[in-house]
Amino acid sequence: MSLDLLFDPLFRLPFITGLLLAGLLPLIGMFLRLRGEWLAALAFAQMASAGALVAMVTDVPMLLGGALAALAAALVKGLMARAGAHAYALMMLAAWGAGVLLVANHPLAEQAGHALFDGQLYFTGEAHLVASLVAWSVAAPVLGWLNRSLLLAHVFPEFHRARGLDPRPRLMVFDVLAGMVIALATVSIGVMAAFALVFVPPLIASRFGRSWRAGLALAALVGMLGYSAAFVLSLGFDQPFGPVCALLLVGLVVVSSVKSDRL
Amino acid sequence: MGEVLLRVEGLVAGYAAPVAGPLAFTLRRGEILGLAGPNGAGKSTLLKALWGGVKVFAGQVRKPPGVRISHQAQGFPDLRGIPLTGRELLALTGAPSEGLPLWLAERLGLRLDRLSGGQLQFLRLWACLMAPADVVLLDEPSNNLDRAGVDYLADWLGRAHAGQGIVIVSHDPALIERVCTRVVQVDARSAQE
Repeated sequence: MSLDLLFDPLFRLPFITGLLLAGLLPLIGMFLRLRGEWLAALAFAQMASAGALVAMVTDVPMLLGGALAALAAALVKGLMARAGAHAYALMMLAAWGAGVLLVANHPLAEQAGHALFDGQLYFTGEAHLVASLVAWSVAAPVLGWLNRSLLLAHVFPEFHRARGLDPRPRLMVFDVLAGMVIALATVSIGVMAAFALVFVPPLIASRFGRSWRAGLALAALVGMLGYSAAFVLSLGFDQPFGPVCALLLVGLVVVSSVKSDRL
Repeated sequence: MGEVLLRVEGLVAGYAAPVAGPLAFTLRRGEILGLAGPNGAGKSTLLKALWGGVKVFAGQVRKPPGVRISHQAQGFPDLRGIPLTGRELLALTGAPSEGLPLWLAERLGLRLDRLSGGQLQFLRLWACLMAPADVVLLDEPSNNLDRAGVDYLADWLGRAHAGQGIVIVSHDPALIERVCTRVVQVDARSAQE
């Protein structure tokens, strides 16, 4: 294992970009988990990857293509709220099929496809970092504003409607925010790494968080620590980042479950 | 006589088809109105119809502008794996913790999925009852409560409802008789004061 590359300035920018996203994705994941919609994260990620590939072969920035596809997914999700998991599964299948066919048939899409599916975050550039900073500066206050509405919608579904208020616009704002952040993460760190960071840290925080606020903080912390460890391991052992990140986070769940059962 | 908060006239409600009503009553501030009747009479459906939660087929519900309604529905959403504490739950609806029974007040820092069914029911009830609202709708509030919980609820309703109008649906005639200032009997597809 060689750690020399860790101190190479070339990898600082991808590391910081990923670290920012690794703190934000678990916060989105906490609310998706609260709403029983964690599968939507995978649908958003798959849609974003397909959109990014289409963008690449049509000479449009991948970030833009991913964001537009995720936005479309968020709108479909909002409009098909009753379809629930069915809509997410259909979006996932359609996006995966389109993405793989593009990779198989278009030489330009092949390298980008591998980066998206393997999670080669070392290809991220300055635009991803700027977008991640913007995502944080937008998402943090918006999530703070949505927090009460999203919790009430789950715990007391009648609360707003009994007062003559329609909660759907705020829920739609969350869908769009989640779609945008996951799209950015997908084109920065890959499909499955983004999904793992949305899904696993909230799973651990839900188990060990002593309160909602503490759970949010714990989820973000687990995401950032898990990401950092995965970054070091993948670079040190010259392995693709996505699978290392996913395996490490799943390992964390297994270890914390065993520890929890023994307590 | 307190201010009129709800005036219900010939209310028939349901889902794909009418299942309850007609219902007629007037609720004033300071009153506790009981909707009593057998299972299946449509009491919960009528309660939801008071704020538009189900389809209204006939009649109307009139309320002055600005009247806020708080509704405690039957049943819990699944709270397993959600690290929300009792204190955080009360903050969501704006309900104060002052006045809670000691056996619950000392558990406010615990996660909701660590509470018993009765403790959780009382806390949800309290969060709706004490939320800033003019009209409070309680659907089977004594479900899951032990004798001490029902007694505490009845005592509290007996002395702390002057600022609100409350409608209670219950199949427990003892609770209805103990706390309600008036009772409307709901029978299948017919209810009049």
